[in-house]
Amino acid sequence: MAHSVRRDAPELPDFSLLKRLARDQLIYLLEQLPGRKDLFIEADLMSPLDRIANVITLKQHDVDKLYKVEYKPIVSTSDQLCFLIRPRIKTVKWICDVVNTDKAFGRFRRYKIIFSPQKFYACENLLEEQGIFGDVTTDEWSFYLLPLDDDIISLELPEFFRDNFLEGDQRWVRTAGSALHLLHSVYGPFSKVYGIGRCSKMAYESWREQVEEGEQRARQAEIGNVFLIDRDVDLVTPLCSQVVYEGLVDDIFRIKCGCVEFGPDVTSSDKSIKVMLNSQDKVFNEIRNEHFSQVFGFLSQKARNLQTAYDKRSGMDIKQMKTFVSEELKGLKQEHRLLSLHIGASESMMKKKTKQDFQELLKTEHSLLEGFEIRECISYIEEHINRQVSMVESMRLLCLLSLTENGLLPKDYRSLKAQFLQSYGIDHLLTFSNLKQLGLLVEQQPGETLTVMESRVGKLVNDKTAGKLTDAFSSLSKKSNFRALGRRLNLVPKSDEEYDLRVPRDMAYIFSGAYIPLSCKLIEQVLERDGWTGLEEVTRMLNGHEFAVTGSNGSDARVKTDSQRIILVMFLGGCTFSEISALRFLGREKGLKFIVVTTAITNSARLLESMLDNHA
Amino acid sequence: MAFITANWNPLGEAFYRKIELYEMGWSLRDGLKECLVAAAPYGGPIALLRQPQRPSSSARPQLEIYSSSGVNMASFPEVVQNQVLEAKVFHSPYGTGVAIVTGASRFTLATNIDDLKLRRLPEVPGLQGAPSCWAVLTQDRQTKVLLANGADLYILDNTSCTPVTPPGLSPQACSIVNMAVSFSYKYLALFTDSGHLWMGSANFKDKLSEVDTKVRTPPKQMVWCRRPKSQQPSVVIMWDRLLLVAGECTDTIQYTLDEESVCVAELDGVRIVGGSRHELLQEVPSACQDIFKIASMAPGALLLEAHKEYEKSSQKADEYLREIKEQSVLGEAVRQCVEAAGYEHEPETQKTLLRAASFGKCFLSNYPPEPFVSMCRDLKVLNSVRDYTVGIPLTHTQYKQMTVQVLIDRLVYRKLYPLAIEICRYLKTPEYQGVSRVLKHWACCKVQQKEEPDESIAHAVSVKLGEAAGISYSEIAARAYECGRTELAIKLLEFEPRSGEQVPLLLKMKRSQLALSKAIESGDTDLVYTVVTYLKNEMNRGDFFMTLRNQPVALSLYRQFCKHQEQDTLKDLFNQDDDHQELGNFYVKASYKEKKLEARLSLLQSAVDEYNKARNEFAAKATEEEMKLLRFQRRLDEEKGEALLGLSLQETLHALLTSNFHKQAEQLYRDFRVPDKRYWWLKLTALAEKDDWEEMEKFAKSKKSPIGYLVCCLYNLYTKPFVEVCVKQHNKYEAKKYVSKVTPEQKVKAHLAIGDLEGAAEAAIERRSEGEISTVLSRCSPTTDRALLERLNRARSTAAKK
Repeated sequence: MAHSVRRDAPELPDFSLLKRLARDQLIYLLEQLPGRKDLFIEADLMSPLDRIANVITLKQHDVDKLYKVEYKPIVSTSDQLCFLIRPRIKTVKWICDVVNTDKAFGRFRRYKIIFSPQKFYACENLLEEQGIFGDVTTDEWSFYLLPLDDDIISLELPEFFRDNFLEGDQRWVRTAGSALHLLHSVYGPFSKVYGIGRCSKMAYESWREQVEEGEQRARQAEIGNVFLIDRDVDLVTPLCSQVVYEGLVDDIFRIKCGCVEFGPDVTSSDKSIKVMLNSQDKVFNEIRNEHFSQVFGFLSQKARNLQTAYDKRSGMDIKQMKTFVSEELKGLKQEHRLLSLHIGASESMMKKKTKQDFQELLKTEHSLLEGFEIRECISYIEEHINRQVSMVESMRLLCLLSLTENGLLPKDYRSLKAQFLQSYGIDHLLTFSNLKQLGLLVEQQPGETLTVMESRVGKLVNDKTAGKLTDAFSSLSKKSNFRALGRRLNLVPKSDEEYDLRVPRDMAYIFSGAYIPLSCKLIEQVLERDGWTGLEEVTRMLNGHEFAVTGSNGSDARVKTDSQRIILVMFLGGCTFSEISALRFLGREKGLKFIVVTTAITNSARLLESMLDNHA
Repeated sequence: MAFITANWNPLGEAFYRKIELYEMGWSLRDGLKECLVAAAPYGGPIALLRQPQRPSSSARPQLEIYSSSGVNMASFPEVVQNQVLEAKVFHSPYGTGVAIVTGASRFTLATNIDDLKLRRLPEVPGLQGAPSCWAVLTQDRQTKVLLANGADLYILDNTSCTPVTPPGLSPQACSIVNMAVSFSYKYLALFTDSGHLWMGSANFKDKLSEVDTKVRTPPKQMVWCRRPKSQQPSVVIMWDRLLLVAGECTDTIQYTLDEESVCVAELDGVRIVGGSRHELLQEVPSACQDIFKIASMAPGALLLEAHKEYEKSSQKADEYLREIKEQSVLGEAVRQCVEAAGYEHEPETQKTLLRAASFGKCFLSNYPPEPFVSMCRDLKVLNSVRDYTVGIPLTHTQYKQMTVQVLIDRLVYRKLYPLAIEICRYLKTPEYQGVSRVLKHWACCKVQQKEEPDESIAHAVSVKLGEAAGISYSEIAARAYECGRTELAIKLLEFEPRSGEQVPLLLKMKRSQLALSKAIESGDTDLVYTVVTYLKNEMNRGDFFMTLRNQPVALSLYRQFCKHQEQDTLKDLFNQDDDHQELGNFYVKASYKEKKLEARLSLLQSAVDEYNKARNEFAAKATEEEMKLLRFQRRLDEEKGEALLGLSLQETLHALLTSNFHKQAEQLYRDFRVPDKRYWWLKLTALAEKDDWEEMEKFAKSKKSPIGYLVCCLYNLYTKPFVEVCVKQHNKYEAKKYVSKVTPEQKVKAHLAIGDLEGAAEAAIERRSEGEISTVLSRCSPTTDRALLERLNRARSTAAKK
């Protein structure tokens, strides 16, 4: 596809350094427990660890056997056990059990716990309570950032969203601050920092504090501006169906740590294949940001090109053939393999998505975003629930309805909830309570009282006492104001115009031209205005907490070096591949490069699953 | 200038000089007679304990501390003496140590007085009372005591007592009366009753020399006088009226003493403190020797001469310079002058030498400026601390060894804040190590001034410290708190910009509420958690919960903790808050874990009660229904042997319908007011799954329309799903039965769904809908359905025309 790529797009900084740093530190920590040892790894640290140090590296540093933490009694025979875990109470408790069992059997071993990325007082406190504080040594592996791709860095903390926004547990804020600090000390100094959201502000402050404590070195900045954004500023975007290739792959196959497992239906063989999805994959790199409807055309063109390249052979003499085999063939074969995989994936997705019901689903979503034919949407959702199409999907539509309509009418609220419970089980009563608390699914408040409350809350929010807001107040203030924001920021293009998905004109292409993601629009606006001036109305509707601070090297910001055009966007609570695609588009348009740092890659399913509070 | 060498005395190859440092400012009636004197090295202060004239006098003697220039710095009543016969202070790698010998002839030592750990050394065989002399040695990071009992020498370490013999000690001696260990613990000097002085290495391997002093009386004091790179190390021996310097050569230098004096060993010489004077005895450094020795032709000496002539505007300057340059030793000359300046005590001499160096430098193109500049700086600092009012007679060598940091510390401990700050600023010490540190000390001292009110101290501190970087207000506040000034401490804490730093002290001061808010402000959840744990243990439960209630951040954190650790506390917490909604949720959650149905039902009943209290009718009703469903499921399980317990309503219905319990399903459908749409959908799915097409047909034909629904809506509903269900089960034949019942709008879709292209085309053409015709067209293949294609295309063009 034709992209007007500006020739002078700046080079991205080399983030593989982050991996090297993490690996060196891990090796150092492992060597702190000399001799052979068994390593227990927290399940969700396994994939990230694999990107940093493979099994061979670990074995080279005296790791004997590797186990996944499964919260069961262990079978290891080693005299030294090393645990590589997240600082979670549950895991620490399990380790306490392991140690205490050993004690009961009079077995002596050495234990070491490596917390990643940091330890919490609560964990150490638990060790103390369980009486094993003296038996274990603890360390921190400051592995804050995992580069997933040239322009995506993840903290791999999926629980950030629930902990921070639902439970009000701010322990990860400091982690985010430290991650920012790490980026700042390696790639900074930053010239300007913008942000919106309470968590962003706290992360920013935590980072500033760490900067002040440490020593500062003057360096050549590799990153210009930074934008911090809370996920709960924009909950609509992650709840929309993704239709850009990479997002769609994530929605359907679930990309895990930059890697996807294609099942037999894609590989057209009897086994599944794990594929790394990043810019190294030449085929993927060209289609990842495309609207799904364009992908097939692209892939068949690509297949034809490939055939031509293969066909070159026919007219070759021996010598040419030799160079062809040694130089081109391998690349072509590789490309061929990838191409067939992506074609397989596209076919499989086509089968799932181009059926009638997917079109209807998208139509409903677009109606919700545009705000018309709401009654039809509600009956569609009702049917969706009745037919038990998918629990998460039903919930997603309910939330989308509530967010775009500023809550459900009391009658609808009750009846839809009741039907949902009948379909998917009463235990979702607790899930609804969570959704309500987060403001994802709420009842419309009678008009007048709301405005009174709102103005009171508004005052409080601007006040320094914001921290003292009670839950009741904050849930009230979580009014989404989606319609008003949409009008103000032009998020929903007029539907009567044709939208050419082949040559997108704005970021709305990632949702088939129906909606410009609020998060990305905010970033665009703030960068354009160099601050929040002129967006007062918008920030008020988003509950404020916006900031714009000129950094230490702000004085030379006027010098437009390449690094000034590299923008780091940090999503606190996760971001979707669609948003990344939108930002890449924005970057191409404006001659900027965006680096996305996120607490985790999310999508509607992951976001909603983190809200569940049922049996499982 | 000419007299610089006047006080030089030769000793072997080297010269020794004695410089007057100060005239003592103290007024002692009898000089140092009847006084116990001790002095700290590196130009440190002097401690004086005047022996009482009459031992019976009731007045307790005063221990007085003077600066090296004899200015009184402090005095305290003497400490109570006990059984200690003699004590010696020494310096070990671990800090400053003390060794004592007790009345029972036992040695005890502590290697670091800041971290007092007493070590009792083993007994010395045959020792009665005090040994004739002893000293403390530090070798191989171990502290030992060397002692002499008559002619026998012993080394005492932690575990053993080893006799030793110094190599080549002259046999005339029958008793060792005095000994001295050098500053670096490398050399040892022994004085025997025969008047011989033995010098050698402290490990008894080598002997340096032996000198016969011809004095047989035991000396009062004996100290080493060495300097780094010493040419002629020597020992200074002091008797009542005589001071003798003995080196490796047989010569000695003798000075007469006209008053009681005390020798203090230094890194590069010996200080002699007398009642009226304070002098420094040292070997003349080679740089000074080269320059000032009479008729010296060393480069430095020539340069000095050249500069002297230059000042006189004499052309001889050029001659001297040319001579130096011919030998191309000008660089060396400058270096010598700079170095020598450092060794000179008189500012005038320093200046002369530095000027000469500067003069010489002009003729050098690339001489590095750093040594000269830093020497000028060092001397400026040294001269200012050598000032009579300060009284720290540091030499340049000592200063370099001791470092600026320590000097600043000493000035700070002596409360010479302005001087310390000035030095920091002059040397451009980084604020954090320099000015800020001094200011912090000042503030810590300031808060101890009891007479000043809190307000003014806090104000003074904030004004002075406002600009300085890296000040820890919490440390100052901690000091204030130690002095019992809690209010002041709190005031000072207000200035601390990092709220995290305030927390530990606030907790210590029992201001836990404030500590909690500050911890929250800091954004460090670990800190919040620390305070919460502290509060939990300190407060009674009610107060604790109340406190948390006002701090949502802490509350959420504690809730998270309870969720994992203490479920019951969580319940109490909600109870306290009258948070019935959360209590209801809590019971519901608890009910999941309960295996027994009765217990589960009772938990759910509690949840219902709480939801009612919370006025959440919806949740209450939903929970009640859940209970009803559970009971229903149990009954059916018991009666019919089904395994329904725990399924959702929909799943239960489905299970019932597939197992042909239509009556029970109907009952559930009515009892739970399941919407008709849903029920029909369920029933159809179940029937299709079972391939029970007969029953389905019956069901479709039954006109059991629910009241209140429009007929067309109904029609639409119960036919469309029929088609889909049948298609799903690949039963196109069955599906066809229902196509006719579909509403006109959906006919095309329905035909397509069962793969009936012609039917679809028929329907589309009938409806004259361009869109639908196109849909059908897209499904036609150009080879097999040619006739159909043509028809459709025709129909489309007519539809378009309209």
